[in-house]
Amino acid sequence: MRRLVWVLAVLGALVSVVPFYWMIVAATHDGSELFASPPPFLPGGDLLNNIVKLEESVHFARVMATSVWTALVYTALSSLVSAMCGYGLAKYRFHGRGLLLGVVLATMMVPFQVLLVPLFQMMASIGWVDTYQAIIIPFLANSFGIFLMRQAFLDFPDELLESGRLDGAGDMRIFYRIVLPVVRPQLGALVIFTFMSQWNSFIWPLLMLNSEERYTVPVALNHLIGLSHVDYAGLMLGAFLATLPLMLVFLVFQRQFVAGLLGGAVKG
Amino acid sequence: MSSVAVDVPKIRRYGRRRRTVAWVFAGPAAALLALFFAYPLAASLLQSLEGGFGNYARLVRDPSFLRSLSNAGLILVVQVPVMIGLATVLAYVLNQSWLKFRATLRVAYFLPAVTTLVAYAVVFRVLLRTEGGAVNQVLGLQVDWLNDPFWARVALIASLTWRWVGYNAVILLAGLQGIGREQYEAAAIDGAGSLTTFRRVILPQLRPVVVFCSITSTIGTLQLFDEPLVLTGGGPGDATLTPILYLYQVGFKQLDFGYAAAIAWAVVALIGALSWVQFRYFGSRTSGKERA
Repeated sequence: MRRLVWVLAVLGALVSVVPFYWMIVAATHDGSELFASPPPFLPGGDLLNNIVKLEESVHFARVMATSVWTALVYTALSSLVSAMCGYGLAKYRFHGRGLLLGVVLATMMVPFQVLLVPLFQMMASIGWVDTYQAIIIPFLANSFGIFLMRQAFLDFPDELLESGRLDGAGDMRIFYRIVLPVVRPQLGALVIFTFMSQWNSFIWPLLMLNSEERYTVPVALNHLIGLSHVDYAGLMLGAFLATLPLMLVFLVFQRQFVAGLLGGAVKG
Repeated sequence: MSSVAVDVPKIRRYGRRRRTVAWVFAGPAAALLALFFAYPLAASLLQSLEGGFGNYARLVRDPSFLRSLSNAGLILVVQVPVMIGLATVLAYVLNQSWLKFRATLRVAYFLPAVTTLVAYAVVFRVLLRTEGGAVNQVLGLQVDWLNDPFWARVALIASLTWRWVGYNAVILLAGLQGIGREQYEAAAIDGAGSLTTFRRVILPQLRPVVVFCSITSTIGTLQLFDEPLVLTGGGPGDATLTPILYLYQVGFKQLDFGYAAAIAWAVVALIGALSWVQFRYFGSRTSGKERA
């Protein structure tokens, strides 16, 4: 029985992994070979060719650079905004706190697609269509992140804050020097979650970014499959490059990655 | 004891300063939420109601919208239970200490959850190509995966399951790890086999996590967009059209903003109703279990 379960588990794992493997194999073959009989199952020698072709078709190096820098800027700003708001909600009493918390919870429950049309019109009216700020700024206040950080700060002992105040440290200094270092694990999860959501973000950049030179990776991939002549090997290479940064982060920071992906849904 | 002189104005000033500082922390997020969430949310509600309830009345008679709902319904009824069932069994297996290469297997199963949605959909589109696609060749089939209405749905369901089983299994695994060793031992002493232990001891306790997975999957299904757009474009015909894909077409291809907003609010209402039902009827039974 145990042997059977083990064999089934391994077979299932293969099903999980084989599409990755094939994606990588396909990225090293010429596009014409991918649908040959039998299909290629071992790496070929056309990786460099495919890189050159992919670069010629959509300037994929620029696409990657755009995705990387917009995701990094978004992650830095959004994590900061979320952590600060979470801290304010957890450790201060002020007018409007209940309302703000209510709005944060509502944001988590309302699918953001409801906002697509009015946000699009707003972007059009302030001339932000086809700009980078349009894909960075509107979703900076991430309710999931705010909630995650608020939970982390609620557990933070008030005595430590008081001792900081007695030592004459200002609120900002206490936040950066005493509080943030302690919640580093949750902050790590938040950073990974935020980076991943921006890296994968598709429908909004698809609506916002019209010119090819501003494409992010998912938008560029979607553009490639829409071409009249699709280079499938280049497409597989692009898919591989789209997945590579996430896979690296995952393999290095497995714990925080899982915590971040689950959005703090599960403790531990 | 000397009495402490209470400097009321000073305390007031301190309180006011603390409130000001609080807004320094919470202010940026509050401003962003007001501008980019509360305002567009209200705007979209008003937009959907332009000309009364006409947009909503139109929804009920729109065959494309109804088709998109029935497609989502099919995924809810077929894909979500299959996926969560698989994920539950998988989590249980991956939690067994006798399983060789357990850590490696966990990573392998979780890997699909690390992929960009558009990227994996692109890979599946190539794998599932009718002429010479690797799936057809390996299985020795000639199935028209992406251009036949029935098989296109199968392809979408299979792709979704591939992407999300491991993700749900990891959540369920975390839930399983919260169940103490002694409960397995007690069940073993009572003479329960591993299947009985799983069904009678583990599953009831795992119920809240299963409900959590099922609610998040329901929300995800109703918001489905990336995969159908890339895999099939919603086709053939409307065979894999989803509500959000339809919203995208109505709002940004046909530029019918009011109607798109009505679609969005219909989806919100459905998500709210389905989440509530699952939470109400499947979630709260745990309190009953504690009594037993």
